[in-house]
Amino acid sequence: MHPIESELKALMVASLAGDARAHRDLLRKLSGYLRGYYRGRLTRMGRGVSEAEDLVQEALMAIHVGRHTYDTAELLTPWVHAIARYKLLDFLRRTRVSATNVALDYAEEVVAVDDSASTESALDLGRLLTTLPARMREAIQMVKIDGLSVAEAATRSGASESAIKVNIHRGLKALSAAISRERTP
Amino acid sequence: MRTDDLIDLLSTHVDPVDRHKVSRSILVAVGLGAVAAVALVFLMFGARQDLGHADAHAYIGAKLAFSVAVVALSSVYLGRLARPGGERRVSLLVVALPFIAVMALAGLALATAPPSHWDDAVMGDRWLECLVSIPLIAVVPFAATMWAVRQHMPTDLRRAGALAGLLAGGLSATGYALHCMDDSVPFVAVWYGATIVLCAAAGALLGPKLLRW
Repeated sequence: MHPIESELKALMVASLAGDARAHRDLLRKLSGYLRGYYRGRLTRMGRGVSEAEDLVQEALMAIHVGRHTYDTAELLTPWVHAIARYKLLDFLRRTRVSATNVALDYAEEVVAVDDSASTESALDLGRLLTTLPARMREAIQMVKIDGLSVAEAATRSGASESAIKVNIHRGLKALSAAISRERTP
Repeated sequence: MRTDDLIDLLSTHVDPVDRHKVSRSILVAVGLGAVAAVALVFLMFGARQDLGHADAHAYIGAKLAFSVAVVALSSVYLGRLARPGGERRVSLLVVALPFIAVMALAGLALATAPPSHWDDAVMGDRWLECLVSIPLIAVVPFAATMWAVRQHMPTDLRRAGALAGLLAGGLSATGYALHCMDDSVPFVAVWYGATIVLCAAAGALLGPKLLRW
């Protein structure tokens, strides 16, 4: 088995069990590979570096929000690759570039280049957050940005803990969708 | 936004993930769809009159074997297609097996029957009712299966849509079989087969629109 595959898969399995550090590690590592993947493909089509960074963030969002769709009996790399490629094709469709220009690629290529030179994306998180319903925005703000625990956020807002969790989950999902919409020209 | 900031945001307070969410949502859709299909058939037509008789059980059983096989295979495959890259683990041939089997049996039935009976065997009494009812009854199950897939991340939207349609068609046919009095295998092969495939085609058409994420 590919050494990168086993490393990433171990992180993913731990992350699915609720290990925040493994989750962060996984997203960090994946962001490097995704950047390499997108930059390689977009520069070949004459696209810019910041568009690649937008795609990296979109793919990371999708990986986070949809991590329940990873079946641990399967390899992780093809799952990541399917998401990365879906987002690439979606981006090209939105920007009206024919998908026939995209060379076929294989699952391993998603981890072929590790590029850690991140740039800033054009996305403004603060502004995107304002597009969310208040309950979701507040839950994300308190737990994900201010770093309160779910219990603290629940006391502060007077909602139940499960309501906070549901609002975070729905909010991130809505955010992920808002990012895709945002980038539709 | 810097990517590191996004990663920080996403990895603050990570909860354990429910790993059976995909299969559970599809099971719920199958359950809802089945209840809706059976309820609609009973409301629209009532059950077939001889539902209590042993003879009828054999006929209904044969029809149900086909539609339930379609439901079972398509729900397993839909569980794969709802996940990124799941299309690599789906074989069209396996999905087609119940259709191939029922067509083979229909061919056998026609071959052993005198040609004068063929017309009756294929057209039955109510082919038009069947042709209209199965797609119509499939609407609610279709909404349920599409809703289930939308909660996940299919990457082959056309195929995922087709399988969601196939599953809805299978559920609808299962409900309709409890009413339908046309019991010949060629009838089932032609009319049940065609209407279920029609549902799959509708799903393939709508998938890219409804399942985007």
